[in-house]
Amino acid sequence: MKANILPGGVIMEGGNSIANKTGGWSARNAEIDQKKCIKCHQCVLYCPEGCIEIEKGGKNVKVNADFCKGCMVCAVECPAKAITMKS
Amino acid sequence: MLNYFENNNNMLALTGAEAAAEAMKQIEPGVVPIYPITPQTPIIEKFAAYVAKGKVNSELITAESEHSVMSAAIGAAAAGSRAMTATSSVGLALMYEMLNIASGMRLPIVMNVANRALSAPINIHCDHSDTMGVRESGWIQIYCETAQEAYDNTILAVKLAEHKKVLLPVIVTQDGFITSHLMEKVETVADDKVRKFVGNYHYPYSLFDSSKKLTFGSLMLPNYFFEAKVAQFQAMENARKIYKQVAADWETIAGRKCSEIENYLVDNKTEAVIITMSAGAGTAKELAKELNDRGYKVGVVKIKLFRPFPYEELRATIKNIDNIAVLDRTLSFGSIPPLYSEVVQTLSMETRRHPTSKEQNRKQKIQSYVFGLGGRDLREKDVEGVYADLLSNKFSSETKFLNLNIQ
Repeated sequence: MKANILPGGVIMEGGNSIANKTGGWSARNAEIDQKKCIKCHQCVLYCPEGCIEIEKGGKNVKVNADFCKGCMVCAVECPAKAITMKS
Repeated sequence: MLNYFENNNNMLALTGAEAAAEAMKQIEPGVVPIYPITPQTPIIEKFAAYVAKGKVNSELITAESEHSVMSAAIGAAAAGSRAMTATSSVGLALMYEMLNIASGMRLPIVMNVANRALSAPINIHCDHSDTMGVRESGWIQIYCETAQEAYDNTILAVKLAEHKKVLLPVIVTQDGFITSHLMEKVETVADDKVRKFVGNYHYPYSLFDSSKKLTFGSLMLPNYFFEAKVAQFQAMENARKIYKQVAADWETIAGRKCSEIENYLVDNKTEAVIITMSAGAGTAKELAKELNDRGYKVGVVKIKLFRPFPYEELRATIKNIDNIAVLDRTLSFGSIPPLYSEVVQTLSMETRRHPTSKEQNRKQKIQSYVFGLGGRDLREKDVEGVYADLLSNKFSSETKFLNLNIQ
């Protein structure tokens, strides 16, 4: 591996943190039971990674496993207990 | 006196803090985030007055803590603005996290420090425990004895920090109260000459360049982090050579030498030498002169550039001197004092590099002293005692404490 690093680790492009798939850090990912889900979208607001997305044109939510670090904030906050952690 | 008017230089009566503020006024940095702390406050107070009176166009940010001050300076420097600030003691300690980020991101911020003891016990007076505590944070460190040095080194530091082979932040430090609040004669250079010397700030990767998108402060895991840190290490090594260039340039403008170390009454015949830093060197020099007049061959070596440490320059100076005392203004708990440690290192490097040289067989003796913690005076009779120890062969492996009431 040849590393060509600019001073201070500057990267000559923007918006590249998406290339770092932090989902690999988690032991267990959040999984949403759509039948229990009351579509309140609290999980979307609480997720520190912003990786719970609202379906386009609908109200259903889904977890982007590429970036879910398994912190369980959503599972704790969900008022309908619709989120469980699955490995 | 006429001479000073002819070359547009001014002779002013300034305290060390005012001298630093005067240099900042002439540099006119883009952004100056500030937070007050004794004994640094007169630096930012004076500078804030220049801003209020419209003498400089700098953006003054009154932050809520030193941590935020350094964070704002980092943001400003990354955005492409020249950023400067000042702090002391526990303020510097609160910045510690951001100090390493500034150097790691290679942002050429220049910060004046007025040295003050770290708490506890709480104390507002001078010792070097604050700046010595951050000596491994990747900042270049320049220690000043006088208000004149505080002025010269602040200007010089800007040019050194921003050199493209360096790109590192610099701490310019003076002794709290002793230098920062004491009025001295300071010769300043005309504004336009200073402005021309430091030039315009041009950071090669400005965030404000909208034609290029950039990522600053990115995540670097084991695959790249080591390389980035070695590059930072190399930049600090480059600073050795660049310091000489910048100091030579400043000498042609200001007519004053700004070498890494200052030798006072040191020559081939010197029998004993005191190595120290900052204002303590003033007392040592005064007494060395008196002793020389009485026929003793004694001298003083003052270390001005502490990071990167001038090993070669110091070795060349002390290689023929048998009796060496090192006076630190800080303790290193569970170890030996930092300046003493560097001097021991300077001597042992030579032995390791040339194991068969004559210098290895020299019987150089070295004694560690600590003085002045929390503003305790270094009296002439203390310095006289040090020279007396050196000349009467009183050496010990233990650090000795000067002007300590309880032994």
